[in-house]
Amino acid sequence: MMATFLALLTQILHAALILAAAPLVVGGVRWVKARLLGRRGPHPLQPLRDLLKLLRKRPVLADGSSVVTRATPYVALAATLLAALLVPGFAQGMALAPVADLILIAGLLALARMALALAGHDAGTAFGGLGAAREMTFAAFAEPALLASVLVLAVLAGSSNLDAIAALFREGSLGIRVSLLFVLLALMAVALAENARVPVDNPATHLELTMVHEAMLLDASGRHLALWEAQAALKLTVWLALLAAIFLPFGAAPVGAGPIAWVVGAVLWAAKMALLAVALAVFETSIAKMRVFRVPEFLGAALLLALLAAALVFITTGLA
Amino acid sequence: MLTLLGLGLLALAVLAGLGAAGLGRRLVPLGAAAVAAVLGAVAMATLALGPVEEAALALGPPWGPALVALDALSAWFLLVLAVVALPAALFAAATGPSSRAEAAAFPLFLAAMVLVLLAADAFTLLLGFEAMSLASWALVAARHPSGRGRRAARLYFGFAAFSGLCLIAGFALLSAPGMGFSEMRAAPPEGWRGTLALVLILLGAGSKAGLLPFHLWLPLAHPAAATPVSALMSGAMVKIALYVLVRALFDLAGAAQPGWWGAPLVVLGAATALWGAIRANVETDIKAILACSTLENVGLITLALGLALVFRGADLAPLAALALSAALLHALVHAGFKGLLFLVAGAVAEQAGSRDPDRLGGLIHRMPWVAGLAMLGAASAAALPPFSGFASEWLVLQALIQSWRVAELPVQLLSAAALVTAGMALALAAAAMLRFVGLVFLGRPRTPRAAGALDVTGLMRAALVVAGAVCAALALLAAPALGLAGGIVTGLLGEGAAPPIAGLDLMLGEAGARYAPWAVTALLAGLALALWYGLHRKGAPEPRRSPAWDCGFLPPPPDLPFGDPLTQPSAAGAAQPIRRALGGLALAQREAHHPAAPGSATPARLRVEARDHGFVALLWPLGRLRRLAGHQAERLRGLPLSAYLALALGTLVLLLALLAWGAVA
Amino acid sequence: MTGPGDIAYDVAHLLGGAMLLVGFVMLGQRRIGALIAALAAQGVLLALAAFWQGHVQAAPQLYLTGLIALLAKGIAIPLVLHRLAGELPPPLRTEAPGRMGAGLVLGVGLVGLAMLVVVPATTGAGALARVDLSMALSILLLGALMMVTRRSALAHVAGLLTIENGLILAAVGVAGMPLVVELSAGGLVLVVALIAGVFARQMRERFASLDPGVLDRHRGEGR
Repeated sequence: MMATFLALLTQILHAALILAAAPLVVGGVRWVKARLLGRRGPHPLQPLRDLLKLLRKRPVLADGSSVVTRATPYVALAATLLAALLVPGFAQGMALAPVADLILIAGLLALARMALALAGHDAGTAFGGLGAAREMTFAAFAEPALLASVLVLAVLAGSSNLDAIAALFREGSLGIRVSLLFVLLALMAVALAENARVPVDNPATHLELTMVHEAMLLDASGRHLALWEAQAALKLTVWLALLAAIFLPFGAAPVGAGPIAWVVGAVLWAAKMALLAVALAVFETSIAKMRVFRVPEFLGAALLLALLAAALVFITTGLA
Repeated sequence: MLTLLGLGLLALAVLAGLGAAGLGRRLVPLGAAAVAAVLGAVAMATLALGPVEEAALALGPPWGPALVALDALSAWFLLVLAVVALPAALFAAATGPSSRAEAAAFPLFLAAMVLVLLAADAFTLLLGFEAMSLASWALVAARHPSGRGRRAARLYFGFAAFSGLCLIAGFALLSAPGMGFSEMRAAPPEGWRGTLALVLILLGAGSKAGLLPFHLWLPLAHPAAATPVSALMSGAMVKIALYVLVRALFDLAGAAQPGWWGAPLVVLGAATALWGAIRANVETDIKAILACSTLENVGLITLALGLALVFRGADLAPLAALALSAALLHALVHAGFKGLLFLVAGAVAEQAGSRDPDRLGGLIHRMPWVAGLAMLGAASAAALPPFSGFASEWLVLQALIQSWRVAELPVQLLSAAALVTAGMALALAAAAMLRFVGLVFLGRPRTPRAAGALDVTGLMRAALVVAGAVCAALALLAAPALGLAGGIVTGLLGEGAAPPIAGLDLMLGEAGARYAPWAVTALLAGLALALWYGLHRKGAPEPRRSPAWDCGFLPPPPDLPFGDPLTQPSAAGAAQPIRRALGGLALAQREAHHPAAPGSATPARLRVEARDHGFVALLWPLGRLRRLAGHQAERLRGLPLSAYLALALGTLVLLLALLAWGAVA
Repeated sequence: MTGPGDIAYDVAHLLGGAMLLVGFVMLGQRRIGALIAALAAQGVLLALAAFWQGHVQAAPQLYLTGLIALLAKGIAIPLVLHRLAGELPPPLRTEAPGRMGAGLVLGVGLVGLAMLVVVPATTGAGALARVDLSMALSILLLGALMMVTRRSALAHVAGLLTIENGLILAAVGVAGMPLVVELSAGGLVLVVALIAGVFARQMRERFASLDPGVLDRHRGEGR
């Protein structure tokens, strides 16, 4: 009874924490990028202010759009929220941990992606369809790379349950694994593509022919746009939390460890997220955006890397 | 039970007679729908209560009575058949057959498929199989007296004949001890005999199911038939072929076959899945998109079956149960959503007058029922949680991930490659479904005909709703449905094996991974509703309508109320990124770019010709070979009389020698 | 016996894996400049691997091997190649697009093949040696693949050096290999000879590029 209550409590705390982190992560990355480029940059809380302003505005619907435009933002944000609830943050063994399957998380993100692509098609504009087709093409490479990474993690941890993987890695009995290095690189490439970050897509662009993610949102406005912006921010946070849970697992508190361990875990989690966000900003400022048709190569390389990691992990586990 | 099924078959025969006589245009399909409902009920009852014993019919071939039985495996596939047949027959009743041949062949097609499932001896099974091929060919050919459809039918006939021949040879090898299934089970083939049987069955059943490299006919023949027939062919007929595969490789060939038997299935399955998914993204006929997606799903099922064989060979019964359950569940789920999607496509063709996405668009405004159900089916086909496709594909992926437990490096490497291929196929399937829904139902109408389409009503709507209800029910009830297949899993894999379920969840015992459809559905719905409520609680401003912004395009002129259709993505345009990145894997492509002359107002044109590699690599050489053989045969006509006599004598001597050799051996 | 979790194994494994990764980077890299940088990185990693093995096995001759690798492969050869690349006209500094994806897929296939060969063939050896050997063979095959798929002479040199890196990695990883010094020295001679060869070839290419017949032969390269 007590255990259930604690699990539920941590789950709620985790939800609050990750929701609070989402706008900060986006704003923080923007701020650090601006600083690195020698600009002052907007306040890190600017995304939150934008969101609140957009929520108050009256949405404008394109003439050809249907109920899809009005419903998909809710579906996408709900799916991303559920994924956020499944990824372990400061604590492990939360209420939803038994169903925190990596394939389910990938599926939920795919659901959000599909909702976004449908919204892109709905207004019947050239750019919306173009962005949707490109987004799905990238996914065709990102998804198998993610699955191959899941395979490696599952071989090491015995299960594709993210909570189990994170708990095992926290104990640190695995040593340094080359395969994990490869998986890290592959997952980072997938994360960049999924979140429309720089070498794949430019989150700040509105140049029609190069944009992918923004192209699908051209005709969204008001609260719909706010929901989409929130979804994008939350998705980035989910991915960073996922990377942190797998590759920086130290300090996460098991649910039964008590409030002090939770606080320590939360502080460490915030530090990890900040570290990853800064790393992302540094990476984005130091690299140029790719041509759209180079992206499949980039993601294909990630896919092969993950496959290579699988091969390596097979022989090392087979021999040890 | 068997009596009930026998009555059903009889009823189908009567209906076929009525159809041939041109009577009861509505009655024949409605009767077929009733029979399909009975089939479904019988299948569920058999799965729940236990198998029906073998029975001998009073009629049969000269050497003995025909045997029929209904065990769990047959009953499961009977359920698969019923899931498609019921809405398809309702839809057929709504549209009515186009000719008497079609009206007669439709019940026969159903009856033949039931016969394959009921058969308990090789002869009856093959009889049913050939009748199924013939009836479905007739259904394709009856609609197309000439032209491309006729050519598709001819191609289909060729492949069906090849598949039939291979199956006959394969079952001849298996039935050395006797024609009855129980005799075959008692003495499974060994050594080269077993290997040869595997190859022949794989060729025979595989070419009927559309496995590479014998997939060429499927994207041509399935769309060429009438909509309910397309649904049956894509949703059920390929499953019957897979049933034959399972029956022969898992059941009749015995449990002691080596694990490498699974390897060709894994390879072919993964390749077919990717191939079909790529082609589904470039087709420009909505029914062909769905047929190619069938290829993808057949590939996934075959992949899972192959894994089950590998695991069985490695004595990993729980994993074999996982893989087999994945294949069975996916067969059922695919029947659900593919039936629905084909009926949706048929309804679009019927109401909006075209199957070309470039002549459709914006149908969600005029056809909300069809559009909603299309999205349900597409979400299932795209394997999005919490829809039905996700449950079964989650099992397939888990089986692939768990295959590292087979402690052999080649198996591990193979399954890692298969995992990546399957993952890519899944993502591409989602892309194909997005393209289907986005081009047909969203956006603006591309033709006046599409702008004036009407929603489905009456029987047609009922057919779609039935299919949609099945699809939705399977999403939530995946685990209980799989629980019905427990008898198959224990029957084929031994007492220790059971489907990976725990209550309403799918769960892997030792690995601990878990998928809870109810919880995911409830959480998603709860979160979405909470968001909606949260934003609308304080009287959110009502949206306003205005022309699409689209980066500053002008609003449409009054003479083009929906705007220029060319400013929307076309079927080719939406396909372009995937075609460019991956199309070369499956298609031989030629692009010709004709830019507009400087200063002229004509649009630039891009011509793309894409042809399946299979045509170039398999079919055309075969055609050349046939012509060559024809020329050689022509030369025989010029022989002198003595040469003819020598030929006849030579044949006779050869036959006698064969006989003598057989007697000595 | 060393295995995962043991620091000696982990570091050696990590260095070998990193070399393999760099091998893939080279295989997928179009720009000659970046290719040479990757080659230098691989040389440095090889030197580190040799140092580490020298430390673990307490074998001083491996330090010498590492030093040679560091000076020659990590610094000297990349510098020379870099200068050569700088003299190329800009269009020749990048490889033709396309074909990279297929090359990478083939590379992964070759790694799988290497594992399938090495793992059964080395039954009885330690886990470290087996993993190391399979990685070394993979790197070697990747180098050979690079020589097959690339057109540029400099890429060929890089491929050959990768082959040699793989060989030395294999030699370094196996305990008590007395020939290592000689091997690396021999490799060095080989490389020096090769660089001379490239030099000659480069010059020939310059002159030949005036010849329309040769241009015709090179036509597929520009696209």
